[in-house]
Amino acid sequence: MTTVEEQLFMTEKEELISGSEAVAIACALADVDVITAYPIRPYDTVMQYVSQLKANGAFDCDFIVAESEHSQFEIVKHASSVGARTFCGSSGVGWFYAFEAIAVTAGLRLPVVAMVGNRALDDPGAFGVEHNDALAVRDLGWMLYWVATAQEALDMALMAWRIAEDPRAFLPMALSCDGSFLTHSQAIVNVPTQEQVNKFLPGYERGQLQLHPDNPITVAPQVNEDWLMEIRRQSNEAMSRTPGVIKEVYEEFKQVFGRGDPSPFLEEYMMDDDPDIVLMGMGTLALPVRVAIRRMREQGKKVGFVRLKFFRPFATEEVQEALGGAKAVAVIDRDYSFGSPSSGGVLFNEVRAALYPLDNRPHVVNFIAGLGGREVRVRDVEDMVDITQKAIDTGKVELECNWIGVRE
Amino acid sequence: MTLVRDLPQVRGVKNIPIQEGFTSGHRTCQGCESALTMRLMIKAAGPRTIVVGSTGCMYVANTTYYSTPWVVPWMHTQLGSSGAAATGTAAGLASMMRKGKMKDEPINVIAFCGDGGGVDMGLAGISAALQHEEYNLLILCYDNESYANTDIQVSGSSPWGANSTFSPPGKVHRIMNRRWKKNTAPMLAAGHPSCRYVATACASYGLDFTNKIRRALTIGGPTFIHVIDPCPKGWDYDPKYSHELGMLAVETGLWVQYEIADGELTLSGPSRAIQSGVRSRKPVQEYLQRQGRFAHLNEEDLEFFQSRVDESWDEWWLPGVVPFKRPDEE
Repeated sequence: MTTVEEQLFMTEKEELISGSEAVAIACALADVDVITAYPIRPYDTVMQYVSQLKANGAFDCDFIVAESEHSQFEIVKHASSVGARTFCGSSGVGWFYAFEAIAVTAGLRLPVVAMVGNRALDDPGAFGVEHNDALAVRDLGWMLYWVATAQEALDMALMAWRIAEDPRAFLPMALSCDGSFLTHSQAIVNVPTQEQVNKFLPGYERGQLQLHPDNPITVAPQVNEDWLMEIRRQSNEAMSRTPGVIKEVYEEFKQVFGRGDPSPFLEEYMMDDDPDIVLMGMGTLALPVRVAIRRMREQGKKVGFVRLKFFRPFATEEVQEALGGAKAVAVIDRDYSFGSPSSGGVLFNEVRAALYPLDNRPHVVNFIAGLGGREVRVRDVEDMVDITQKAIDTGKVELECNWIGVRE
Repeated sequence: MTLVRDLPQVRGVKNIPIQEGFTSGHRTCQGCESALTMRLMIKAAGPRTIVVGSTGCMYVANTTYYSTPWVVPWMHTQLGSSGAAATGTAAGLASMMRKGKMKDEPINVIAFCGDGGGVDMGLAGISAALQHEEYNLLILCYDNESYANTDIQVSGSSPWGANSTFSPPGKVHRIMNRRWKKNTAPMLAAGHPSCRYVATACASYGLDFTNKIRRALTIGGPTFIHVIDPCPKGWDYDPKYSHELGMLAVETGLWVQYEIADGELTLSGPSRAIQSGVRSRKPVQEYLQRQGRFAHLNEEDLEFFQSRVDESWDEWWLPGVVPFKRPDEE
């Protein structure tokens, strides 16, 4: 008799599923041991699918509905410390409610994988996407990946455990999925077989760091000024090693599953002829941007697009290489950073800093768009390109940070 | 459900296991009763145990890098996370053992927290942990009646009137802490019918405490033990009297020792003698006046304090335990 699991993942097939469902299927394929849930829109759809998969016997995991996001993240943190493969997630202020646990998970170098269904932070209440929730952990030692399609969500989830659980990394990783646009929108996804996944994804081995009576270690004793700086340095070195791990894992994934981009860090669109203007952004806004670029190309404008996939680790050299040859770069932020340099978005200031060491720096113009789930329209993107073109024509950036599609 | 370690009851102090799981290396205060609680706890549980400790003095003062006193595997968890830490540790083990990723054997999981971490911040997490019948775990709350690691601040488990750095007696307000100590263990027992074991204890009665730990770990499922730990620093008394103060807390009827196993309430030691009328309660004053934290209490305050304790014994449905008034007898 075949089990449901075998029936489900015996043959490779195409399915019409949402980004959340794709990640839930990845959990089953990865044989995750402990999964914790707490409801908040829009990420919680992933947990609805996980609970269905468990209820129907598609995979065996301890699925725990916690009493708060804080406990949700603490439970997986501790499950990970004894060697269990883990998954959890949250959105918006839920992610912030768990912030303490999120910080210590990185500090402890525990390879928890989480899905962030990007959502605007309260108050006032809004379900729609903003990237500020996930971006808030950018300094803590979490790897942060921004997904654009349901297929990418499934693929990157499988890679996430492999990357995070690599002893060279041992760092947690979050998959940022734009609320609604990715979590709830369906697309055709190629679901791999269990056999393929088993070939690609080994079990999680915590090794000498595993908390077990056979390995009686003390984890996270009080260190104070005597040791904390060395420990921070180790975390920094671990994060510095992750680009190498990511490249390795990405290449292997392409071999086993037969799909993927040339680079795990950037997706380049219409960049072959070194366009004058390069747009840059993260997540699902890639969709309207690509449409706008096609339209503008028809009009003879040399415009390209670079989608940043990993925000952490930030691929400094790849970004320099991709953007360094442009006359102007237009960075689109689906986030804000009040009081920051030039009052710009988070991505803008990071990209601008990355380009600073170049001898010939392109102009960098910032666009805040699509906050709270507001649609980024094709003509918004065209407006961005017009403003950026002006910087090229006049030789100077008039307004560094522009809010697009906002009622004045 | 994973296997449970069978830990038989210890008959007599001399039969308490000699093996130590909490040794030198800690830097707790002289006379620290919580350190004794830790030592007895792990002696009772034995080496096949994982201990997770919440932030508090039993983390900060206890577990310094390069000089850990823990012989068993030990991990820090956040202040309000003892429930989640116990759940996560037990779930990780259970999942991997069930799937054959780890040898299937009984491993005790104990998460401890102070009163700040347990009675205040972590209460919801402990409550959630006690609902998971499928996991074997023990949550131990060591209650020194203040946030003792951060300079002695009042907690939800501090006694009425106690002087702390957040409740100092002043010229206008003599009593700054006007909250009565939370009745934590019965609250958890009453609120979680699926939790098979809840107990209170005090390290002054080491054998009783040892056996409660062993019963909690043997009965299986999620369990909770609340221990009162006299604290020389926070309570302001000579460190040599810690043990004596623990006994006085029980003898005055202020701290009641009992266990609730599968719904059955049994008082132990002096609490049992008081309940059955074999001995009478000592006046609360004998306990309060030994501690600097109550030095500012006047006659009226002491009378009030005594009246509240009397009420808990004379009027509560389950004396000293459940604060519902007895229904009128027909």
